[in-house]
Formats: sequence, structure tokens, C-alpha cells
Amino acid sequence: MESSHLRQQIAAMRQSFFDEEILDGQFCQLERLENRGNPNFVEEVLTMYFRDSTTLLQTVEQEIETDTIDLAKVDMMLHKFKGSSASIGANKVRNNITKTRQLLEEGNLEGAKLAFRELRMEHDNLRAKLEPYFQQQLRQVGPVETATRPKGSDHA
Amino acid sequence: MNSSSGKTYMSTSNCSTGRKAGDAAAAAADQFPVGLRVLVVDDDPTCLMILEKMLRTCLYEVTKCNRAETALSMLRENKSGFDVVISDVHMPDMDGFKLLEHIGLEMDLPVIMMSADDGKHVVMKGVTHGACDYLIKPVRIEALKNIWQHVVRKRKNEWKDFEQSGSVEEGDRQLKQSEEADYSSSANEGNWKSSKRRKDDEDETDERDDTSSLKKPRVVWSVELHQQFVAAVNQLGIDKAVPKKILELMNVPGLTRENVASHLQKYRLYLRRLSGVSQHPSNLNNSFMSPQEATFGPLSSLNGLDLQTLAATGQLPAQSLVTLQAAGLGQSTGKSGIPMPLVDQRNIFSFENPKIRFREGQQHVNNNKQMNLLHGIPTTMEPKQLAGLHHGAQSMGNLNMQVASHGSQSSQNNPLLMQMAQPQVRGQMLNDTSLGHAPRLLAPMGQPILSNGVAANVSTRNGIQENIRAPSYNPVSQTSSMLNFPMNHASELPRNSFPLGSTPGISSLTPKVAFQEDVNSDIKGSVGFLPSYDIFNDLNQHKPQNWELQNVGMTFDTSQHSNSLQGNLNHAHSVLVQQGFSSGQVNGQNRSATVVSKAMFSSGDSTGHVNAQNGNQHLNSLLVDSTVRVKSETPTNLYPDDFGQEDLMSALLKQQDAMAPAEHEFDFDGYSLDNIPV
Repeated sequence: MESSHLRQQIAAMRQSFFDEEILDGQFCQLERLENRGNPNFVEEVLTMYFRDSTTLLQTVEQEIETDTIDLAKVDMMLHKFKGSSASIGANKVRNNITKTRQLLEEGNLEGAKLAFRELRMEHDNLRAKLEPYFQQQLRQVGPVETATRPKGSDHA
Repeated sequence: MNSSSGKTYMSTSNCSTGRKAGDAAAAAADQFPVGLRVLVVDDDPTCLMILEKMLRTCLYEVTKCNRAETALSMLRENKSGFDVVISDVHMPDMDGFKLLEHIGLEMDLPVIMMSADDGKHVVMKGVTHGACDYLIKPVRIEALKNIWQHVVRKRKNEWKDFEQSGSVEEGDRQLKQSEEADYSSSANEGNWKSSKRRKDDEDETDERDDTSSLKKPRVVWSVELHQQFVAAVNQLGIDKAVPKKILELMNVPGLTRENVASHLQKYRLYLRRLSGVSQHPSNLNNSFMSPQEATFGPLSSLNGLDLQTLAATGQLPAQSLVTLQAAGLGQSTGKSGIPMPLVDQRNIFSFENPKIRFREGQQHVNNNKQMNLLHGIPTTMEPKQLAGLHHGAQSMGNLNMQVASHGSQSSQNNPLLMQMAQPQVRGQMLNDTSLGHAPRLLAPMGQPILSNGVAANVSTRNGIQENIRAPSYNPVSQTSSMLNFPMNHASELPRNSFPLGSTPGISSLTPKVAFQEDVNSDIKGSVGFLPSYDIFNDLNQHKPQNWELQNVGMTFDTSQHSNSLQGNLNHAHSVLVQQGFSSGQVNGQNRSATVVSKAMFSSGDSTGHVNAQNGNQHLNSLLVDSTVRVKSETPTNLYPDDFGQEDLMSALLKQQDAMAPAEHEFDFDGYSLDNIPV
């Protein structure tokens, strides 16, 4: 049945996230927060996350490419990014942030730039993986919703 | 007379009920921690969203905020609207630790810090700034599930302090429990009001049914009662005044010989102190003695402590204070021939302070403490001041006595003292009052504001003088002169950033310096705000305000604020004290006290916002709310008085018992929704 196949697909995708360690247990925490009243909670959170992270990464990138880097500002932004990434369970992204920050703190600017690029990559990778995952979920949810259409709607 | 109807302070408790319907509160109390009102502050929207969801899943009532300033104003507007605050450390508009300090000072709510940083120094910073807990991001729902413990713990601590301060009294009270009913119609509004109030409180705090179980009748030595007492003593002659005869002379229904005896004991100690015993070892006292000395602060701090103790024991209703003071003023000569020089006033400070110290360890030693305090009373008052003080001293003496007699219930006493002092029109009174207040403030750290009366004084400083003055005499002008005298030293007080606007230098006086040193440690134990709270209630309609003060002070302790914070308290106290005098209003006191306390804290902060000035009223409400809030999950006036504490205690205990089942509820039943599409 398509539904179950889809479900299996989604499950597999999900599992791969954990296997690849791009997501960690915190993601499960988010999932648990979802319920009937809030079925798309995880997706909403991730949407919000990516919206902010994209902007943030752009800003940081610009900043570290300049000659006069405002280290404090960059660190502050990365710290904030770390918090949100950790909160959604973005494991690899978070680790990369830590690495970048550390290098910056050590004064290793070149190393930090490299680390940042890596961070950016991980971030984009995560997004690329999660998008289809949620899309699949939407597909799966579709038929369910149809089935549960309220009876009242039949009466005009 | 200021004797406001018993309802006065009762009503304050009403206003502290910031929660929604009492029913809801009651229900919530049973289901605690369900419905716990959490304010979560984080500038990151993703984290905020997740936290909110998690907290909702825990069945808490969540309010989210992405800016610290917004959160702070939200808290200020609705002092008792929240039970706990969760805040991120790094925020753009304000440092999380700063917010933590503000909340601790103004509202005394448990604050949980959060950060993605798990570095030891950051966590340590959280601890030193008084955070109840520190969560590392990513925050798991399990961690949030248990945040209610901080609310309970805080209340419990406050309770405990309160209890300690009130322990001495309790013994007496219990005896009179049966007589309480008879007292209700007594003319001594203050005294029996407390017991009545308790009942009312209990009703009001139905929501917190856990706290209402305790009923401890207490004899509140109202101003009127004390006046009667002093009159009787004078009539008999201080040497010949025996409890039995005093009791007969007083002819107060419901008053027992034991009540009189303990009160007499305290009074005697007080008198001894007034007569300039300088054996008091406390430097504070000495320093206090010489107004010109900067040490004023230390003394006051000491006194403040004592006052607290005294106040706590005395539970003098505001009215009483006023009455007392009035009486004192009027009978400056009539009273026992104790010369009440300024020293007396100071004594109060010193009186208070040392007491506070004692309080820490020995609540039962109220009397002893008083002695010490009195000893330290400087007699260096200037002649004219002395004269003024005399009157004031008299009344203050009464106040002190009253306070002292009540033992360690500093909180209660303090307010009384303060109040008593305040009504004194004379500047002296102010001094006294301030003494009382100041100590109080300082002492319990948490109870800074107990001296609601003081607050009134203080607020006058801030400009609320109008308010304050209204009810009572307006010793302001007088007091200023009086106060000035101690105030000279005010400048010395280092920390008083408090805008001593109205009263010259008074605020800075004393408490600050001394206090910090002594009070800091002393205050810890003195959480007896609660008792004073009662007093305040009587005095001021803003009972809740007192609470806040109290709480504030308490928070201080519990949160282990850095010395600077404590110092602030001290400042506040001193400021309050002084302020209080000028206003001389009992009722206003609470208000001012609140303000002051706020100011105090503000001053404590580097920002030095002197909310007191403008926010006196605000402070009061804040204070009240915060205190209330802290006390229980329900914003209702938390323990307006000692009783409240006990109730709280029981409430807490009950809650704890009830926690178990609640725990299960939280076992994330919500989690069981496993609709994960996967």
C-alpha cells in the first residue's frame, strides 16, 4: 500500500539522519512534542530555524571575510546559532559551530574560516535532507486528513 | 489614628491575588505544578518556540518573550503573575544575568538560566547571580518538567526564615489561640486583626489551600495596645511593673499574662538599651552612636536586623505604630522617663542590627538581642535632636519594645517598628523608624521591605512624600532635620546610590555600610519577613507590598546574591529608614517601603535605577506581587503575616506530598501522543 510504503520511506530517511549523526536525540524530543493539536510542530520549528540560520550564516560569512572582523559579534552570533542548532538536534551543525568558535578564539583565522565553510556545508546538507523528509510526511498525512473529514461537511 | 480596620491589610492580600479566579487557583494548587506560570525569555525564536511547546506539554502556563526588557516590564506590571522565569544568558538588549539580578531584587522569583554555553565559569556566574538553576541547551523536556521544584524551594526557604523569626511568638500565640475569637471585637484592631486576618487570608488563599491550614493566633502588639501597656507600666513604675498588674491596668480582653510578661521583658530590654548602655559589643552600635561617623551604616544595618527581629515578634500593625508613635510623641514625658535622645532612634538601628545578627542564629534570643542593641545605642545625639528624639525615642522605644518582645519575628516587628517610628512626626521618629526599617531591610536580606512603614519613609524620599505624609503626621519637615543628622554620614555610605532625593542624606546613612557586612550574613537567617508582612498589612493596605520587600530581601539570601547585591539592600534599608521617617505615614509606608526597597535594589544594581522615586507605588505592587508570587504558586497575598508562613509551610509540605501524584502526571503523558507519522 502506498501509505505504508511511504511510511517506510519516511522511517528510513529518519533513521538515516541518526545514523549519519546529523540529528541527535534532541530531534526526538521535538518529535515527541508533536501531537494532534500541533501535527506540524517539528516542521514549523525547522522552518523557523532555517529561516534564521540562513540569514545568520550570511552575516557571519560577510563578517569573517572582511579584514576587520568583529570577533565579539561573530562569536555572539555563532553562540546563538549553536543554541538553536542544539535545540533542534542538529548535531553535526552544532559541532561545527563549536569548532569554528574555538578556532576563532584561538586566533586561528584561517582555520576558523575553513571550519566555517564546513559548517555552512553541513547546514545546507541538513536542510537538503530534511526538506524531502517533511514533504514525504505531508504526502502521508494527506490521505489521513481526507479520511477524517468531519461528517458535518457533508451537509451543506 | 492609623488604626485601619482589620480589613486594611486584609485587603492588601486581596490585591496580591493576581491569579485568575480563585477557583482556578485552588484547583491549580491541588494539581501543582500544573498551571505553573512560567515566563520564558530568549531572543532566539527557534529556542523560544521549542521551550514554549515543551512547557505547555508539561501543562504549565507559558508566556514567551524575546526581549529582556519586555520580560522585565511584564514582570513589573504583573508582579504576581508568574511563578518562575526561564531566561537565556545571551540576549541582545540585556545580559541575562542582569535580568536575573533585577528579577531577584524586584520580584524575588526563581530564575532559571539557560545557555548553549556549558563552560564552568558561565554556570558559576549563574550561581553567584542567584539563579536557581542553569540549563544547558539543548534543553530537554525532562529538565523543564521539574522546574516547579525551584518555586517550592524558594517558598519553603522563605517560609523557613519566616518560621524562625516567628518561632518565639508561636509559642505565645498558641496559648492564645482559644482566645482569639474573643479578640475579634477588641478595640485593638491590630492585635486581633492578625488572627482574623489569618482567617481571612486563609479564605483568600484558598487557592493555596496548602498554606491555609496553619492557624496560629498571634498577639499583635498594636500601637494602641502598646500604648496602653506603656501607660500601665508608667503608672506602676517601671520597677514595680509586674505582668499581672499591668494586665489588670490595661484591661484588655483576651490579653494574657504571658503576653504581657513577654512584652514586658522586651520592653525592659529596650529601655535598658535606650538608657545608653554602651556595652554592646557590636561596632555598629558604636558607630551608630556618633551620627557624624560614617559607621552609621553599619549600625543601622545591625539595627535593622534587630528591628526585624523585633518587628517580627511584634507584628505591630501599622496603625499600632502610628498610634504608638503618636502616643510616644504625646507622651514623651509621660512615658517612662527614658530620655529618648536621638540615640534612641539610633538605638533602634543598632538595636535592630544586632538583633538581626542574632536572628540568624537565635531567634529566641530576641530579648537578648534587644539588650545588646540597646547597649549600643549611641547617646551622642545632639541636644536638640535629642529632644526631638526623646519623643520619638519614647515612641520608638515602645516600638522597639514591642518589636523586641515579639522575638524573632523580625519581619513583623520591623514593620511595626517602622511604622511606629514613622508616625512620629518628629524627625526622631524618623530616625527611629528608619532604624527599624533599615535594619529590617538589611537584615533579612529578603525582608528588606518589611518595614513597609519604612518604605513609606523612604518613598517620601523619592518623592512620594505626599503619599506618605498623608496619613500620619508629617514629620517630614521635622524628620528631615532629624534625619539629617544621621545623614551626615550618609555620604559615607558607599553604596547608596539610592536617590535620596527627598531626605537629605538620610538614606545613605547607615544601614548601608554596616549592613552589608553584618547583615549579609545575618540576613540569611532572617527571612522572617512574613511576620512583618502582617504588620505591614495592618499598616498599609499594601500588604503585598510588604511582601515584596520581604521577598526581596529573602531572595537576596536565597539567591546568594553577591555582596554587592546585599550591599544594595543595605542601602535600601538605610534609605528606607530615612525615608520612612520623613513620611511618617504608616500607611504610606508600605508604599514607600516598597519603593525604597526597590530603590535599594536598584541602587544595588550598577544601573542604579532608582525606581523608588517614581515607582514607589509600582514597587510596592511589585514587591507585593513578587513576594506573593514567591510564596506560593498562587499570587494571592502570600503570607501576609506569620501565619502565612506557616501556612505556606504546610502548603509546601502538602504540595510536596501532592507532588508525587503530580509527578506521574508529568510523566509525559503528553508524550504518549505518538503520532509521529514516521
